[in-house]
Amino acid sequence: MTNQAVLSRTPLYESAVKAGGKMVDFHGWELAVQFSSILDEHKAVRSACGIFDVSHMGQVFVTGPDAHKFVQHVNANDVKPVPGKGVYSHVLNERGGVVDDVINFCLSPERFLIVVNSATTDKDFAWFQKHAAGMNVKLENASARFGMIALQGPKAPELMKELWPKSVEVSRFGIMEATIHGDEGYIVRTGYTGEDGCEIIASNAVIVKVWDELLEKGKKYGILPCGLGSRDVLRLEAGYLLYGQDVDDERTTYEASYGWVVKMKKPEFVGKEALLKRKEAGFKEKLTGFMLDGGGVPRNGCAIYHKGQKIGSFTSATFSPLFKRGLGVGYVTPVDLPMGEPVEIEIHGRRAPAKVHKTPFYDNKV
Amino acid sequence: MANPELCKYSKTHEWAFVEGGVATVGISDFAQHEISDIVFVELPKVGAKVEAGKACAVVESVKAASDFYSPLSGEVVEINATLPNEPSLANQSPCDKGWFFKLKLSNPGEVSALMDNKAYQEFIKTAGH
Repeated sequence: MTNQAVLSRTPLYESAVKAGGKMVDFHGWELAVQFSSILDEHKAVRSACGIFDVSHMGQVFVTGPDAHKFVQHVNANDVKPVPGKGVYSHVLNERGGVVDDVINFCLSPERFLIVVNSATTDKDFAWFQKHAAGMNVKLENASARFGMIALQGPKAPELMKELWPKSVEVSRFGIMEATIHGDEGYIVRTGYTGEDGCEIIASNAVIVKVWDELLEKGKKYGILPCGLGSRDVLRLEAGYLLYGQDVDDERTTYEASYGWVVKMKKPEFVGKEALLKRKEAGFKEKLTGFMLDGGGVPRNGCAIYHKGQKIGSFTSATFSPLFKRGLGVGYVTPVDLPMGEPVEIEIHGRRAPAKVHKTPFYDNKV
Repeated sequence: MANPELCKYSKTHEWAFVEGGVATVGISDFAQHEISDIVFVELPKVGAKVEAGKACAVVESVKAASDFYSPLSGEVVEINATLPNEPSLANQSPCDKGWFFKLKLSNPGEVSALMDNKAYQEFIKTAGH
């Protein structure tokens, strides 16, 4: 066990404990893995709504005349200088590997907010600083100032309308600046579940108030506080990558089957040349989805066999409450297995039949 | 089916209800609560020989797999065929509808090594998880 004293706590730690959260060490953060049950929380998000404490995630502000030039330089995706718009992207290293997967929001052509993963916040910030050299921009790692709550589920928009009427006008991946209980805040139409909803970024001083009012006003919709356990299942069903597990500094965006994120038409961005070379050389592995034909629960690391040969292993796998089957993604060779191709997954020393499956497994068109 | 107060318990949180040389076994309420969200149960086959303290079944929750250690030795004479189709019974009704299997005891003397309900309740207070 890690020394409890070194774990960081979010401003919502007490709220999570009060709500019955089972706290665990998640990359150095003491967060709830579940409250009621993973199955109940999953169901709430797919059919009503749920809230997650995602305060461990990082916020970096990029401000100045070269702000747009900077975000374009560090992102493989095309970040438009259109206020209110956001874009999911990969930040690449010089080898074409992925430093992090992030969302860039344009507040003004001279001010952007980049939401980064928690475990990579310091790495990303150092990376950004390095690549801001010589540019007229100011970078601020504001992660310690803000808490963040994800409100997700089909009932989320109704609750958003009730609490922040204008937020429902924000389009998918959009951002709205909001005064939340008198403090600086942002509402973004994003999430990690495959459902509609938003994420609320508010100061540490008021984030508890937001949590409490969401639970209170959401009661009529069947809102549940949700933990990391259901979040991981929801994101895997929805085909989202988990940085550090499904993609990392070595793998490329193409191998992760997220090629659409890379905009080669952009004149330049960090990692472009290396990525082009690797693409020309061809990729040996590809992140591929699989679903079991019957019972059994695949886990991260389970081996995948095709025609008797081991072709890879799962980077993420779980039981899907939605499909009532085990499913997962893993890097496999060959890269061109057709949908429905039979494979076998090794679980507890036995082989369970499975098939290649499209990803996302679940697409709610949000 | 099995009155939890009359069951015997292992340190690995399985219960056994012994009647006339046959034991019905399952996981304790404490165990189901700890495991949570049981979505898959794999039982031994009828006729299988199981040994006390040896893994003979698998319980999978959304998050993790747990081994089920037979609390006693013997031959499996009946399994709860409903359980693999409705694994959540092990959460909802661990000592009744969520029973695992019945075994004909090969060494009834082992029963005395298990805890009675009172001792088990004390054990989970101190052992926790």
